[in-house]
Amino acid sequence: MHSDVFDRYHHGHSLLHRLDARVKAIVTVAFILSNVLLPDGAWTAFILAWMFLLIANLFSQLGIGFTFKRSFIALPFALVAVTAIFSIPGHPLAEWHIGTETLIPTDAGVLRFVSILIRSWLSVQMAILLVAVTEFPKILHALEHLHVPSIITTIIAFLYRYLFVLTDEVMRLLRARQARSAAAPGLRSGGSVRWQARIAGNMAGQLFLRSYERSDRIYNAMLSRGYKGQLMTMHPLRITRPDWLAAMCAFIFLLLIQILGRL
Amino acid sequence: MHYSPVAMHIPDGFLSLAISIICWTVTIILDGIAISRTNKSLGERQVPLMGIMAAFIFAAQMINFPVAGGTSGHLLGGALAAITLGPWAAMLVMTSVIAVQGLLFQDGGLIVMGANILNMGLITVIIGYGLYRATFGRSQGVKVWVAGVAAWLSVMAGALLTSLELWLSGTAKLSIIIPAMLGVHALIGLGEALITVAALSFVFRTRPDLLGEGSASVKGGRGWILAGVLVALTVVLLSPLASVNPDGLNRVAMNLGFFNTAHFASGLLAGYKIPFLGNTPVSKIAAGAIGLLVVLGLAFLAGRALQKKS
Repeated sequence: MHSDVFDRYHHGHSLLHRLDARVKAIVTVAFILSNVLLPDGAWTAFILAWMFLLIANLFSQLGIGFTFKRSFIALPFALVAVTAIFSIPGHPLAEWHIGTETLIPTDAGVLRFVSILIRSWLSVQMAILLVAVTEFPKILHALEHLHVPSIITTIIAFLYRYLFVLTDEVMRLLRARQARSAAAPGLRSGGSVRWQARIAGNMAGQLFLRSYERSDRIYNAMLSRGYKGQLMTMHPLRITRPDWLAAMCAFIFLLLIQILGRL
Repeated sequence: MHYSPVAMHIPDGFLSLAISIICWTVTIILDGIAISRTNKSLGERQVPLMGIMAAFIFAAQMINFPVAGGTSGHLLGGALAAITLGPWAAMLVMTSVIAVQGLLFQDGGLIVMGANILNMGLITVIIGYGLYRATFGRSQGVKVWVAGVAAWLSVMAGALLTSLELWLSGTAKLSIIIPAMLGVHALIGLGEALITVAALSFVFRTRPDLLGEGSASVKGGRGWILAGVLVALTVVLLSPLASVNPDGLNRVAMNLGFFNTAHFASGLLAGYKIPFLGNTPVSKIAAGAIGLLVVLGLAFLAGRALQKKS
């Protein structure tokens, strides 16, 4: 089995695909930053930011609703923001008694809650789009050019390369466990939770040793191919005029969003 | 099923810019030290090793086991990485893992990535290695059960930091988020502790050389003990204090009359307080300390049982 389920890249030849990876990374971060900077309840600005996102979706030629489909990934975390409804001082809207608890939602609290959800919903979509139109090694290359320490990018490059291999390894371990865990109908297979945990721990230990030994072999193989402690690449990044133009347009748009958000 | 996301990856939009920047600063400083240390002490051989180990942590997070009620226990890996790779290398490995989870899978945001790395990758390593470092020269049994406690505490530390960051950003109510987050992660931490203990005993049995003399595991200095114990103590003392000692925001909340945490914390020690001490900070700290002792005891027993079996 090969786990290409991990690959988030969608092949294409759109304008967005062809843009320099650095430009895409920077614009993505700037967009998220802009969302974080917008005050609570800046509805016009939120709508404009959403338009920015839709336009980016259009330029990617992946369909205008492409990022929408996967955009609810951060939703479970919204649970913690629910408490903001009760914690921001403001005009009380109601008073709820739950057991001994008295919860008072305020208008400012609700505003904060909704704004947090919108900010995170918009931000996560841009991040989804970035990895959909940029091959991951290119993003790494861009990060290197943006002065992320090379040891980090090299570790990540290895992680990305061997993620698939070790995932296969885990799948084999899990399948082996499943194959040996027969259960009568209505009964749980295996023993107590502690026993289950020990099996899981042994699997983790096993995986650790296999990975460790594999890294030895990989290192030897790399040495024999001339590895000197640095990964080489044949794809130098080059910023061209369309890149500058796209970046300019994006930043003007973001500036507009910020100004409108503060009117 | 790809891998089990942990309820600690903060998405973008949940932290204020100020908090995000502060967390990035701390993360960059710690990682900067880690980079200069690993550059000095490790050869080029270490880079592929750290890369594969990062992939290992990532893959190991997929190993789960059923606990009651449809939930499952699984691994975060900070403490395990720290013990097997040494502290500085583990910091870089965990940083890379969390960076990939955020970048590639949007499990955790980009602006808030500094906070996520700090919560799940750095603080876990400091506690994990610090407490483990204190056991040098002791028997294997002691090492393994201290590692278990360290693993549990590392998850709690991450949960506490996450809660504080959310609260300081005005995203969550302190008196709810702390008991809720710590309550959930006390259970998640048990899974972490059990797997870490079992995995370590497995490595001790099969490849003791990887954890013995001359290995990366023993490279950390004595200063780590201090750091680890300090962070662990902070977690034990601050968690109960944070939910009783209201300031600013919380005072307003209290004046409005909805300051009551008992409902959310009714767990082992209902509302984190000892009956005869009343609802005072002393009582909550005492409850926290008792809770810690109980967990230490449980981990000790579990460690011994595992040792005997093997």
